[in-house]
This record gives sequence, structure tokens and C-alpha cells, in this order.
Amino acid sequence: MNGERRGSVGVTPTDPLHQGDPWAVLRAATRARVALGRAGDALPTSRELEFRAAHAAARDAVHQPLDPAVLRSALPGEELLEVRSAAPDRATYLQRPDLGRQLAAGTELPRTGADLAVVMADGLSPAAVHEHAPGLVVALRERLTGWTLSPVVLAHQARVALGDAVGEALGARAVVVLIGERPGLSSADSLGVYLTWDPRPGRADSERNCVSNVRPPHGLSYARAADTVAALLTAARELGASGVALKDEGPVLPPGAG
Amino acid sequence: MRRRATVGGHTYEFPTLVELMARATPLRSGDVLAGCAAGSAAERVAAQTVLADLPLATFLEEQVVGYDEDDVTRLILDTHDRAAFAPVAALTVGGLRDRLLAWAAAGDEAAISGLARGLTPEMVAATAKLMRNADLVAVGRRTRVVTGLRSTLGLPGRLASRLQPNHPTDDPVGVTAAIVDGLLSGCGDAVIGINPATDSPARTAALLELVDAVIRRYGIPTQSCVLAHVTTTLRVLEQGAPVDLVFQSVAGTQPANRGFGVTLDLLAEARAGALALGRGTVGRNVTYFETGQGSALSADAHRGVGGRPVDQQTLEARAYAVAREFSPLLVNTVVGFIGPEYLYDGKQVLRAGLEDHFCGKLLGLPMGVDVCYTNHAEVDGDDTDSLMLLLGAAGCTFLIAVPGADDVMLHYQSLSFSDVLTARSVLGLRPAPEFEAWLARMELLDDAGRVRELTADAPTARALLAAATP
Repeated sequence: MNGERRGSVGVTPTDPLHQGDPWAVLRAATRARVALGRAGDALPTSRELEFRAAHAAARDAVHQPLDPAVLRSALPGEELLEVRSAAPDRATYLQRPDLGRQLAAGTELPRTGADLAVVMADGLSPAAVHEHAPGLVVALRERLTGWTLSPVVLAHQARVALGDAVGEALGARAVVVLIGERPGLSSADSLGVYLTWDPRPGRADSERNCVSNVRPPHGLSYARAADTVAALLTAARELGASGVALKDEGPVLPPGAG
Repeated sequence: MRRRATVGGHTYEFPTLVELMARATPLRSGDVLAGCAAGSAAERVAAQTVLADLPLATFLEEQVVGYDEDDVTRLILDTHDRAAFAPVAALTVGGLRDRLLAWAAAGDEAAISGLARGLTPEMVAATAKLMRNADLVAVGRRTRVVTGLRSTLGLPGRLASRLQPNHPTDDPVGVTAAIVDGLLSGCGDAVIGINPATDSPARTAALLELVDAVIRRYGIPTQSCVLAHVTTTLRVLEQGAPVDLVFQSVAGTQPANRGFGVTLDLLAEARAGALALGRGTVGRNVTYFETGQGSALSADAHRGVGGRPVDQQTLEARAYAVAREFSPLLVNTVVGFIGPEYLYDGKQVLRAGLEDHFCGKLLGLPMGVDVCYTNHAEVDGDDTDSLMLLLGAAGCTFLIAVPGADDVMLHYQSLSFSDVLTARSVLGLRPAPEFEAWLARMELLDDAGRVRELTADAPTARALLAAATP
């Protein structure tokens, strides 16, 4: 195999340079990094750099800070509040998930008594929040006309369960947390949505419902994700609970939503 | 006896064995998260100092996880072999470290390897806590554990690999393409092992048939495995699927294993089922286990005597007692998969990989390692290179390899097929003998015994590519 000939990023088997390349059979069969060629026993330089570029994008997605300015400008007219978890920095956040589930000491939030609190949490990919959370918030608002919403809360160094503390402080009946999912090499900006009825610290993961991989155009669209979340919220309100109980009795999640 | 030592003018005391073991453990994020790590570097050395003087026999009298509460502890103590223990019965933990290093330097593999059934996981974990990385390598490479089914693993001068052809939807052509790519790089002598995207019996059976067909078509002396839950494997076994290996993740406490949905009885039943198929040619080892530091903590199943948190390295070693009960062909720790809250950076992952290899080998396991990382850990390809080469030097049984180091189903990075070639050539290691002979028959080896880079029109390449053509 000649790594030079088989070239660089984005080359497809239909590229004229590659017509008649028997190794294209392997590459066409899977997204896995097959038939990369060799430089001695190692990878050719071009392949090595492709891999590093993918890893760098994922690393940057994890470490780039959540930028409130980006979200404010993407959601004009939306009132935004900001909170921090008890994890003071990224390194602590990554090593102490327990701290990422608690609000920083002295955090004060207005008691709104709203039906729903929406939290935009950095999680493991602030990049995903920048890219997809505003669009999903807009789509959710369109579908939740019968619901009162408290101001959207931006949460720094946050895990999913921080939404329980936020929802409780706001006095909301339910909380929806939009959070950056762990970046993969091919998807650094995937957003997850976690819904918890009657939020308060100590809720188990089994008491939540999740819609993952919100990431148009490759993953779930905002409209489809918002449809699912709105349906789950309506069912949770009827049942007075979320999580496993809701999955059993509520609407069936669309494929890929779970 | 009061367990205390003075370091830097401060005297540290360790009231229980659980705390002593935890405080003596080299720093890692999981022990900090569990609240059992040493509070300072000085306290850690004080604990190591106390641990070094602790008689090994203490571990037969005093438990880290209670005998009455936990079936893993009962398994460990009820199967302890006093005769195998005799050569080191009078030693302290520090004394065992010294003795192992002396035997390793003298090349006395029989003395080291003969201890396996006489040592408990806690003894071995304690010894590891006193060892430097090079100590772990030096003793590991002189601990001999040989197993076999259709290839022989663990022989001196050999480094095998698991070819991991995962696909996000278990697509047969996609899986086959990754298998072909790995075979062309001389990988797959330990196992062709797939993590299925969904744990259904039908899917598991289909993947087993697929890999079995490739193995038979090309006469490859290796074995297949679909890493489904043991209950799923039992189901397909009963339906007549070609099961070479029964796989299961295991951990070091009974509640953690309950979290995995397994009991010792279930593992015994599945092993018996696979043995009855008689699919081996060179051996009869039909189980495969995966483990990893932090699995008990992540399941909130990490507490020992008095409800105190047990350090993750000790719990990991206890998982090996579960594995060895079932005479495995393969065991590997998945060392960087679980995330930075358990092993934060390259230094911690490297250390844990060497510890796990050492502890598993010394307890008699055919120990391999999935050298890997996630994108939120402070680890990159340089770190995995370092661990891979040290493991090769340590006589590691096998490494896991995926296409281009990128697992597109489990979304983490492991080693690539190229990495395995590099480790073998840098360290002068060879594939399993039966598999090496197959590579030679397929004209995949050059005159020096290295895996050749074929052109796509070479007969072997054409033959293998045919398998991946829909």
C-alpha cells in the first residue's frame, strides 16, 4: 500500500485518483480507520496527522470554557442566569464528578415556581452547548406554550445532576438539562437532554429520561429532539414522575432518541 | 501491634488494614474521589513503610472486605493453597518484593510462577504498592502463564493481540473489513473479539457465525469471541452457536459483580457449556474476562470492613481471584476507558496498567491490557506508546488493537494494528506460534519474520479482501 497515493482527509472511494484501488473495498465497508497504509511498522504521516486532528478537536471541545456571550447573542430576548458548580476549575471538575453535581456555596437563585426550568450545562463539551443548545431552546419554547418557564440557567463545570439543585432552588416542577456529551473522535459537539420531574438533590439516574446525540445534521434535529422532550414532559406531568416509570407507561421514544 | 511510622517528623497511624492499603497506594484520582487516598506524600510513604513490615500471613487472618459479607473474599480464602504459599509464608510484604526481584534477576521463573495459588490478591496488591514501575516490569516478565485453545498464549518472546473489529451497527461487511485489515497486519492471535452494539442473542449468534466462518475459511489458528453478557452467551450456547470463549466483565466485590449481573455459579455454568463443545485444538481454556480499576467504585460497591472505602487497585486485584477460578484463556484490564475521575492522566494510566499486569500474572492469569484512553482524560498517543512498550518488556500476554486506534463503536482510543507491529519489532517479540505459522503460510511474513506490507493484488490480499466484499 502506498500511503502517499491514498492521500488525505476527505478522500472518497469515488475520487478519480482512487478508482481501481482494491483497498477501497475495505474503506467503503466501514467508518473505522481501515487500510491506512504503513510507514515501516507505523502509520504514514498523513494518517497520523488526521488522527491527531480528530483528537485535538475532541480535546478542545472538552477544555474550551462555556462562553455566556455566545449564548446571549444566540438567544436575544431570553433572560439568562449563571451558576457554577462546586468544582472550581476544569481539572477538578474532571476528577470530582461529585462536586459537579453541587451548586457552589452561596449560590442564590430566584424562586420562580415555574412549571419548567431549563439548564444549559457545559458538561464534557461546552462546544456542543454553544453549537446546539440555543437552537434546541427555541424549538422547545415553540412546543411548550402551555408551560411557564423560569429564566434559562447557564451552568459552569456542571454534571447532569446539578439540574436537581437548580430546579429545586427555582421551585420548578420539572427541569430539563441540555448538556455537552463526552466528545468522540468523530463527534465533538453532541448535546444530551435530561428530563427530571420534581427535581431535588438525591434523584437517581433511573428517575430521569434522556434524549442523546442532538447534533444536526449528523445526529438528531432540534425539531425531533424537542418533539420527544415535549412529549416526555407532558407524560411526566400526567404521571407525576419521570425516569423508568415514565418509559414504561409513557410514549415510546423514537429510535436513536434513548 | 500499632501500625504507625514517622516520616518528615510527623507520625502517621493506620488503624485498619483497609486504610493502610489505601494510603500506601500511589496517587490516583479514583482513590481521592472515594475519600481513601493518602492526605500527603509523606503519609503515603509512611503507609508504605508500615506495609513493608507487615507479615504476608496477616492477610490470611485480617480481611480488607469481610469474609461473611462477600463471596469474593470467601473464594479467595477458601481456595488459598498453603503448600504453594510455604516458600514465602515467613516473609513480610517488603520481603516478598525483595524476593521476587531477586528471583526475577536470576531468571527463576519457576519459583515466581509457582507461588500463584499461594498468594491472595491482597498480598499481591500490597506488594505492587511498594514496587516501582521497573520492578513491576522486571517481575512481570519472569512470571510465566501459558494458556491455549486454538493458539498458545504466554510463551517467552511472544506478544499476542486481540483484534477488535467493532462496528456501530454490527454491520457484517463492516466488521469483516476490520477483521481483514487486522489479519493483514498480523493481529488476531489472542482472539478476534467483538463488542456487540446490542446485547441480543440473535445478534450475538450472527456475529459468532460470521467470525467462525472467516476463521474456518482461511484456517486461522485463533478463536472468536462476542463480548455479550454471560447470560446471552449461555442462551446462544444452548441454541448451538459456535462459542469458543465465554466472556464476562468481573470485579472485586460481590456487590460489584451483582451490578454486572453475574454470580460465580453463572460463570461456572457457562464455562462448562463452552468446554463441552470441545472446540480447542491446543488447549482447553474457554473463558475470557475483562476488569479495570474503578469499576467497583463506579458501581458504589467499593466498601470493605467497617464500611470503609477500599482503594481501587486492591479491588482490581480481587477481581483476578474471580477470573482465575475459571481457568481463563485471556484476561485483560481496560486501563484508561473508565475516565479521568478514576485515572486522571498518562502517569496514572501507565502506573495502573503495569500494576494490573503484574498482579494478574503473579496470581496466575494470562494477563493482557487494553491500553486506551478517552478524550476527557489527560492522555494521548505518546502515553499509550509508553505503556505499550513497557508492557511488551514486561511480557504482557496480549494487547488489544482496533483499526487506526479509533474504536468507532465504543468511542474511545485503543492501540492500532500498527502499534502492535511496532511493539513486536522494537522489542523482538513474535506472534503466537500457531498464528505465526499461519502468517507464513499466507505469505504475510518476510524473510526476517516481519509482517509484510502487501500490495492489494497479492494473492493473499485478494483472498482476504474477498471476505469483505459484499
